[in-house]
Amino acid sequence: MTKMLQHSGYEEERLQRVAELLPCREVQAGMLLSLMGQPQQCSYPSIFIYGHRASGKSHVMQVLLKELELPHATVSCVECVSVALLFEQVLLSFFGCDAASLLPRSPSLSDFVRIYRQHCSQTPAKQTRYIVMEKAELLRDTDANLLPALLRLQELVDDNVTIILLSEIVWDKFRPNTGCFEPLLLHFPDYSKGELQQILSQDKHPSYSAEFYSSYINILLGVFYSVCRDLRELRHLAALNFSKFCEPLAEGKVKETDTHKLWRNIEPHLKKAMQTVYLREVSSLQWEQLQQMEERECGALRGLSAHTHVELPYYSKFLLIAAYLASYNPARTDKRFFLKHHGKIRKTNFLKKNEKTSNHLLGPKPFPLDRLLAIFYSVVDSRVAPTASIFSQISSLVTLQLLTKVSHDDQLDAPKYKCAVSMDFICAISRTVNFEIIKYLYDFL
Amino acid sequence: MSTSSVSKGCFVFKPSAKKKKTLSLEDHFSHGCESAESSEKRFKLCQDLWDKIKSDTEVLQDDLNRKILDSLLDFTRKCSSTRQLSDWASQMRASEIPTAALVLGVNVPDHDMTFQSLSELLQQSVTPHVASVQAKECGGKGLEYVKKIVTVIVSSYLRVLTIRSSPSRDDPQQPPVVIIFKDLEAFNPKVLQDFILICSRYIERLPLMFIFGIATSPSTIQHMLPHSVSSLLCIELFQSLSCTQHLATVIDQLILTHHFPFKLNAKVLQVLMSIFLYHDFSVRNFIKGLQLALLEHFHSQPLSVLCCKKKDALLNVMQLSHSDLERIRNLPSFKRYVEKQEPQEQVNLSKDDTHLKEVCQKLIKGLHKYHKNYYPVLRCLHTLTSSLPRYPLGKQVRELHLICLEKNVWENEDYQTAMKLLRMLAKDELVALLQRCVEILQPVKSKKMKNAFLQLTDLLTKFKQLDSKSNLQKKTDLFQLQKTLLEMNESRRAKKLSPFEVLRNEALEFLDNLVKSHLSPPESHTLNEVCYYTSSATVRRHLNATPRTSIQAALNSPYYYLQNDRLKTVDGSVSNSAPDICIAYKLHLECGRLINLYDWLEAYATVVSAAEGNNPDSDNYGKVEEVKHARFIRAVSELEFLGFIKSTKQKTDHVARLTWGGC
Repeated sequence: MTKMLQHSGYEEERLQRVAELLPCREVQAGMLLSLMGQPQQCSYPSIFIYGHRASGKSHVMQVLLKELELPHATVSCVECVSVALLFEQVLLSFFGCDAASLLPRSPSLSDFVRIYRQHCSQTPAKQTRYIVMEKAELLRDTDANLLPALLRLQELVDDNVTIILLSEIVWDKFRPNTGCFEPLLLHFPDYSKGELQQILSQDKHPSYSAEFYSSYINILLGVFYSVCRDLRELRHLAALNFSKFCEPLAEGKVKETDTHKLWRNIEPHLKKAMQTVYLREVSSLQWEQLQQMEERECGALRGLSAHTHVELPYYSKFLLIAAYLASYNPARTDKRFFLKHHGKIRKTNFLKKNEKTSNHLLGPKPFPLDRLLAIFYSVVDSRVAPTASIFSQISSLVTLQLLTKVSHDDQLDAPKYKCAVSMDFICAISRTVNFEIIKYLYDFL
Repeated sequence: MSTSSVSKGCFVFKPSAKKKKTLSLEDHFSHGCESAESSEKRFKLCQDLWDKIKSDTEVLQDDLNRKILDSLLDFTRKCSSTRQLSDWASQMRASEIPTAALVLGVNVPDHDMTFQSLSELLQQSVTPHVASVQAKECGGKGLEYVKKIVTVIVSSYLRVLTIRSSPSRDDPQQPPVVIIFKDLEAFNPKVLQDFILICSRYIERLPLMFIFGIATSPSTIQHMLPHSVSSLLCIELFQSLSCTQHLATVIDQLILTHHFPFKLNAKVLQVLMSIFLYHDFSVRNFIKGLQLALLEHFHSQPLSVLCCKKKDALLNVMQLSHSDLERIRNLPSFKRYVEKQEPQEQVNLSKDDTHLKEVCQKLIKGLHKYHKNYYPVLRCLHTLTSSLPRYPLGKQVRELHLICLEKNVWENEDYQTAMKLLRMLAKDELVALLQRCVEILQPVKSKKMKNAFLQLTDLLTKFKQLDSKSNLQKKTDLFQLQKTLLEMNESRRAKKLSPFEVLRNEALEFLDNLVKSHLSPPESHTLNEVCYYTSSATVRRHLNATPRTSIQAALNSPYYYLQNDRLKTVDGSVSNSAPDICIAYKLHLECGRLINLYDWLEAYATVVSAAEGNNPDSDNYGKVEEVKHARFIRAVSELEFLGFIKSTKQKTDHVARLTWGGC
């Protein structure tokens, strides 16, 4: 059953269709409709819609504007690496390519306003024009004047235009320091379990009955609802596991109505999916292949994070070890670790107050190149000539993201680095070269 | 350049037609070449060999990559075909971008070739729309760059569509658009995330596909992309062959074969191997090193005209000039050979050129024979020893090869232990190993190897007969069994060997003889200098540069680089007329950790005055005037730039030394 949307400006029939396309979002759609008013009426300058990922923001806007045939421009802010693209898209969808081509090479906001007004006076709006900005949170990173100007674009261009901003974060995080026009705020709440059930049940498999699919969704939600409420993810998981669910049916073991048996069959399978597919350890394609394979072969497939082993040249390994030591040991203690006759220095003697906490908890610290090389020459067991390839190995470790350069790229003299690998990784590396790294770490003294 | 114009301004000068003919490769080769007369021939030989090596390695690379490339191609085909399916499941999944994560290992220089052949293959068989992106091309405003690439692809894509007559717009055979990220780690994660977000918006209209080239491990994907982005991808993993395996195959095909007359001696091979294992893991660089050695050999060794196929070498011997023959007489290996001959023969060899040529032909034949037998025997020995516990003679065949190149392998202690271990092998193990040796020897065409093959097969059949004999014994009754057991006991007491042990010893004796007669090091063979490149120092200097040693060499003995006679010194000290920085460097070596700048300046002024030839008794001698002062300051700041000194806060008029040691 769908609640009726009512509005005097539009035909009953269309509203009916819109309502069918927007299950569980009737309240929000009705609210929007009443905000928008009748097409020819002047609308509020800006509306801000926020809600979590996959809560239907773009979908509702899309359906409303398309079905009711309102003039609109939809812009995704990820695509607009420069404001020029944004302006171009808006002008293109309102006034055609003539207007868009009038924009200068790197247009300013006033260029946009000027061209908009020019065209708007030629073809004045009979209906309210809508500009929908998806992922509006990216607007905060653009020029400071863009967001406030967009919010009161109606005044600037003197046209019946409404900006609708869609975002995943709240308006409070947007508000510029200098203040701006306050848009109308509209919240899209998360779907409840029942609503999810209702929406997911809509994309049923053509060869099975709606009840059957609905019972499958019910089981699926029972497993996944506690960890994931994202509609898109759930839909993806539903699609992936449905064939497994139908298996006993195809074999003729159970009937469609025997929900309990079907549940027994699918439940362990879904649990496994939660550990692998949901975390994208295993791709959906591999997951499907896995389903076709026999149960016993499943162990052979490992997820992405299982492959952590990296083969490195011999000296690169020692450079990495040296970098790790330099990152996690205080520089004062180098003497104790790498000098042959360091005398009797106990840990308590050089323990400073602020160093009582583990260095591993604080994360890696930057170190200069000199220190890295000094430690490298003392940990590597043979005499190594300071060749150019040693230095090039350091920079290739940086490109492999095993080290990170902390100092600025322009600083050629005494660059600073940080070690970016984990304890487990470095232990595995040092095991391959028979180096006991634990003995050289200040935290484990 | 001048103009006829009276007014001032900027004028464009078109470059005049090239005055000098550009030097061909050959001219470069013969320039500074020893014994110019044969340089042309040597250049040709060198180039032929290099071409062969190059084409062989390319074929090898393609073979090695075939498996992974084939599976990648399958993946792309499958992805583009599932897109067109209209069944429920694939429709539900259509929003994911198919992605292949290609793990290639840390040897980034080698990847270019793989990607090259990958994109060629893709273009041939799957789709015309392939773009490769490298992180370094997308510096700064990376996203815009990637977008530019995409627009290029898209435009070409649309063009192809329009060319293919408009009615078939909904052609089911829409080829996918493949974008290859050559080095994923080097990309800016933010840029990559945005790019994937944008792509996923168009995936329904545009059949996009990604290939990520990964150098480290697949978990980098998870480090770079948050869940919201990686959930847009459908990632499949492809693992390529490890580079050590790759190198083993290359060595197997290029070094451990008699098809290439050019050889490396132990030290050069060691240098190339250590660069690979210790520094870069790059097979391409290894082959480049091989190329360098090849070029150096043909460039510096006039007798390398003989380093070619047997037939050509024999011909070339007859065409040797007198000076070349003198060179042969001076070869250390040849001298040793002469010493072993009769006195009359010795005279003949040193006087008679035609006789020498004949002997040379014989020796060259011998050398080729040696190579033909060496490699099969080496492989046999490797199969026998590579499965022994703790690998006394190395795990890889190249390690054994190095041992054999250095000295007589049978005098090696490890060889003795290996043989001892072999004597303890059980029968089935030994027979399996011998079987493999037989397989190695079978295809070899040399006479001696054929003999060895026959003998080994004989031994093997004897081993098998042993089997059948013991089987017969088993069928005897209890009494007989008791008797045999008693006999066996007695024989053991008497240390009598069982037939198997006798046979085993025989087999190992045979193999030992084989090793002794064929695995002698190349230095023991006459005329080995023709084929073996020995200058490891040159290779090391060229491939493994040491910037710091060069700087110190330049500062210590400027003559080495400047080649000015005035800078020549006898005892390693710097002459007074050396560049300022050398003098300042030399003086600073005499100081302790902290250097007083004023003292340094005075010492410098004294040395420079001496160089100017001033009279030591005159007033001006050693006086610091403005020019000297300025030169000194420049020398000091140059030293600071090179990292030898730095300013210190301990004393204001001092600088600190950053290096140890001195005069």
